[in-house]
Amino acid sequence: MTARPESGEEVLRAINVSKIYRMGDVDVHAVRGVTVSLHAGELMVLVGASGSGKSTLLNIIGGLDTATSGRVMYRDQDLTHATDRVLTNFRRDHVGFVFQFYNLIPSLTARENVALVTEIAQNPMTPEAALDVVALGDRMDHFPAQLSGGEQQRVAIARAIAKRPEILLCDEPTGALDFKTGVRVLEVLERINHELGTTTAVITHNAPISAMATRVVTMTDGRLQSDVRNTNIRKAIEIEW
Amino acid sequence: MVSALDRKLLRDLGQVRGQVLTICLVVATGITGFIAMQGAYQTLQQTRADYYREYRFPEVFASARRAPNRVIDELRTLPGVSLVATRVVEPVLLPGGNGNRPASGQIVTISDHERQPLNRIHLTRGRLPDPVRSDEAVLLEHYAETHDIHVGDHIPVVINGTLQNLHITGLGMSPEFVLVVGGDMLSSTPGSHAVLWMRYSSIAPAFDMDGAFNDIAITLQPGASTGAVLSAVDRVLDPYGGFPAFARNKHTSDHFIESELAGLQAQVTIIPLIFLSVAAFLLNTVLGRIVELQRPQVATLKAVGYSNASIGLHFLKLVSVIVLLGAALGITLGAALGDPLLSLYRPYFRFPDLKAELQPITVVISIAISFLAAAVGAFVSVRKIVALAPAEAMRPAAPPNYRGGGAATWTEYLVGPAGQMVLREVTRRPGRVIASVIGISLAVAIMIIGRFASDSIGHLLDLQYGRVMQEDITVALSDPIPAADIDTFAAMPGVRHVEAINELPVRISYGSRSRDVAVQGWPEERRLRRLLNRDGAAMMMPSRGVVLSDILAERLMVSVGDTVDIEMMRGDRRTVQVAVSGVVRDMIGMQGYMRSADMFVFTDGIETITTLLLDVRPGAIAAVEDRLRDIPSVAGVSSPAEARTNFEEQQGGMMLGMSLVLAFFASIIAIGIVYNNARIVLSTRRRDLASMRVLGFRRSEISTVLLGELALQVVCALPLGMWLGKQATSALLATDPENFRMPAVISLQTYVFAALVTVIAAAISGFLVRRKLDSLDLIAVLKTRS
Ligand SMILES: Nc1ncnc2c1ncn2[C@@H]1O[C@H](COP(=O)(O)OP(=O)(O)OP(=O)(O)O)[C@@H](O)[C@H]1O
Ligand SMILES: [Mg+2]
Repeated sequence: MTARPESGEEVLRAINVSKIYRMGDVDVHAVRGVTVSLHAGELMVLVGASGSGKSTLLNIIGGLDTATSGRVMYRDQDLTHATDRVLTNFRRDHVGFVFQFYNLIPSLTARENVALVTEIAQNPMTPEAALDVVALGDRMDHFPAQLSGGEQQRVAIARAIAKRPEILLCDEPTGALDFKTGVRVLEVLERINHELGTTTAVITHNAPISAMATRVVTMTDGRLQSDVRNTNIRKAIEIEW
Repeated sequence: MVSALDRKLLRDLGQVRGQVLTICLVVATGITGFIAMQGAYQTLQQTRADYYREYRFPEVFASARRAPNRVIDELRTLPGVSLVATRVVEPVLLPGGNGNRPASGQIVTISDHERQPLNRIHLTRGRLPDPVRSDEAVLLEHYAETHDIHVGDHIPVVINGTLQNLHITGLGMSPEFVLVVGGDMLSSTPGSHAVLWMRYSSIAPAFDMDGAFNDIAITLQPGASTGAVLSAVDRVLDPYGGFPAFARNKHTSDHFIESELAGLQAQVTIIPLIFLSVAAFLLNTVLGRIVELQRPQVATLKAVGYSNASIGLHFLKLVSVIVLLGAALGITLGAALGDPLLSLYRPYFRFPDLKAELQPITVVISIAISFLAAAVGAFVSVRKIVALAPAEAMRPAAPPNYRGGGAATWTEYLVGPAGQMVLREVTRRPGRVIASVIGISLAVAIMIIGRFASDSIGHLLDLQYGRVMQEDITVALSDPIPAADIDTFAAMPGVRHVEAINELPVRISYGSRSRDVAVQGWPEERRLRRLLNRDGAAMMMPSRGVVLSDILAERLMVSVGDTVDIEMMRGDRRTVQVAVSGVVRDMIGMQGYMRSADMFVFTDGIETITTLLLDVRPGAIAAVEDRLRDIPSVAGVSSPAEARTNFEEQQGGMMLGMSLVLAFFASIIAIGIVYNNARIVLSTRRRDLASMRVLGFRRSEISTVLLGELALQVVCALPLGMWLGKQATSALLATDPENFRMPAVISLQTYVFAALVTVIAAAISGFLVRRKLDSLDLIAVLKTRS
């Protein structure tokens, strides 16, 4: 059932990755021997039941977490046993994250939250330009508490794309949003993927969202259940759930 | 351009500004103390060194009964000796008058023509005496100031039994008289002992010292052995009635400066240490709380590529800003306090120019130790930050782990649900609670330490003026009078009873140790003076022998049964061997007591009365005092009751000021701790408290939860602080001044004062936090994700 996308070179690769959480005397196998690659320019959607290990996998390939066994490669660089310093640099230079809970710094305005990242990036957009991409140019000086959930999520996306990352990893970017707002967020991700060529992975509970993906990966119980190329790609605006 | 991270820092600081302010003040207080006291210490140290060098303070001191001038050459050629200066030093009496009490003093000769090789005089006014005038003298400035004597005045002085009027040509000071104490420390306040510098040729004959000397000052060659020089000098002087030579560290004036410096140095370390430890502890709790609240933020920063170092630095900056603000305030205040602090020494120590100087290194050190406090305070939190995995950014912070939360236990019956919440919080974080209790108890202890000096002096006055001195009026006589003259005093209207005391200046020696003191001869029948034993109870005067002050007995290392040499320092200076028959508790000064009859061995049976004690009918005291002042042989009239009042008036203001300052210091600590803890409890329990309000609990009920823990801390801290204070005072008293012994007494008022200030400080902090609680925005709290 495995489909190999012809397009793009491999950017990120997880090889036989497992993650075991030790909870006292119980071992939780969050990820069990998953091998998966992320190719340049693709928009991958990762779906699966709650607790199936999606976040864990994404955290590992994004350098937020380390695997219990298996290997993680970024292009030719082996991240498996990389030091904290190397992982930090990897995240700083190549990866943009969009978190399910937005994770904005409440004491900073929208613009400053974006600036937080552009200040340490090598070739960033201006915070203003990044906020324009998510259509929040007029709310730049508002604090997170003054923004709605969708707006906060868009700030989070602006923060993730402002450094023009090679890879964008999004964990349930629409999870807390209503349908309409969710679609707006997806449109932004789609635009970034198209216009900037950013390799993107999106975790979602909403199966219909897979329709906009170039590739759909399904996880069950810590394992890869399917990895399918989407031949019938729909625009985000056409998606309904 | 301020970076986004720094903006976050500033806004975070703004969020906790109440806590920032209180911690700032704690740091500022510690640094103020450090800067002011370190400045005073260095200034005193430096000024003393300069003064000693410039005015040639000797390194070895010796005295003899009478040595002819040719001995000088012998002393000069001793190995290791560099300079030798000789002179005549003799005790004199200043009869007072002009509203002044009679005073003790000494004449010190200066050479007729050339400049003093050693012990130079720093003239602050006027000129040196004319070598051809025998009635001119330079007077010690300190004495002149306290007695309102000016250049050009004539003052009466009893020189070797003859009353003379000396013309004061100048005022001066000298390194050997930075602090002059004459005899008894209570009655002789600083500045009450006179030093008169006179030309050698004009005054030596009056003491039969023409062509001779009795006082020697020596400086050493570099590398010389002090011990060897001391014994060589003793050998040379022995045939001339030499007294053991001693080095600079035994010199009274220097000894007092040295112990003051030692005290200052201890304080320079202890006070900032207390405050900065409290600051570090507060920073630790506050930062710990901030980091806990900001776990998701920290994880996010890590996830987007900030390194551990830069995030750690971010929080370190946060505490550094707090301590730097505090240090800046402290440095400013400390620098401003330098001179006022030094002026506190002016009544005791006299230097040519005592000006506070703040050395840059002191500022650097103070900033460094502030940063150290910040680093210590931030240590635990920064470690937590480093340990935090960036993946945490992806999930909400885990709820705190409470134990035994389920069913109601027996404690719940005892303290109710609110009390139960308090107890659970306390048992969940025992470390923080214990640290707070220790911190608050330090505040209590500081106040006790600050006030105990006045308690102890009060106790001392009670003993001296209440238990020892029973007379209504003490009469000092300018010349000893024969026993028969007592009747004229006894016959005065209002006088019910008179007792006479014979006082002789003596040197008591035992082995190689000796002390110059006074021996008092007491009458057989006496009720106006008491001897107190070591427990403070009145005791009998033994039938023979000499009774010594306990301090004197300790200095001489004698006990009851030993025999000491008592040498009379007047007339033929005869020496008599006397057995020590008792040791009494004297808080102040060192003296001996004998029966008057036993003292006839010194005076060939002639009773020479120097002091009279009068028992006067109440109401007649003022009239008797007036009549006494008209009697020529009366040098001074005083009453113990009046002396006590005077002393209290003199010291009262300063003591009050001191205890207010310390109360202020302590309040800062108490408020700092209580306020910060309350804020932290508030921030940890926001959701609980808001939920309780939503469920229908009253404000007063939820404040119990919030303030209960604080009340508990204060209640535990009070007894601990009192105990700490008591321990600290005993430790402070372990230092050993030459002739002064402070009892470690802490009055009930002091305990009450310390407790009250602490409780009030805690109440104010509680009130401030309670106001925050009242303005708790329920919806906002419940809406935010924890
Ligand atoms: N820190 C942790 N400690 C222990 N177990 C964990 C931890 N993080 C995740 N798990 C467990 O690992 C498994 C996979 O979790 P993961 O968060 O990857 O699931 P998910 O697919 O993202 O689920 P969801 O769709 O609900 O977000 C779950 O069973 C979870 O309980
Ligand atoms: Mg997940």
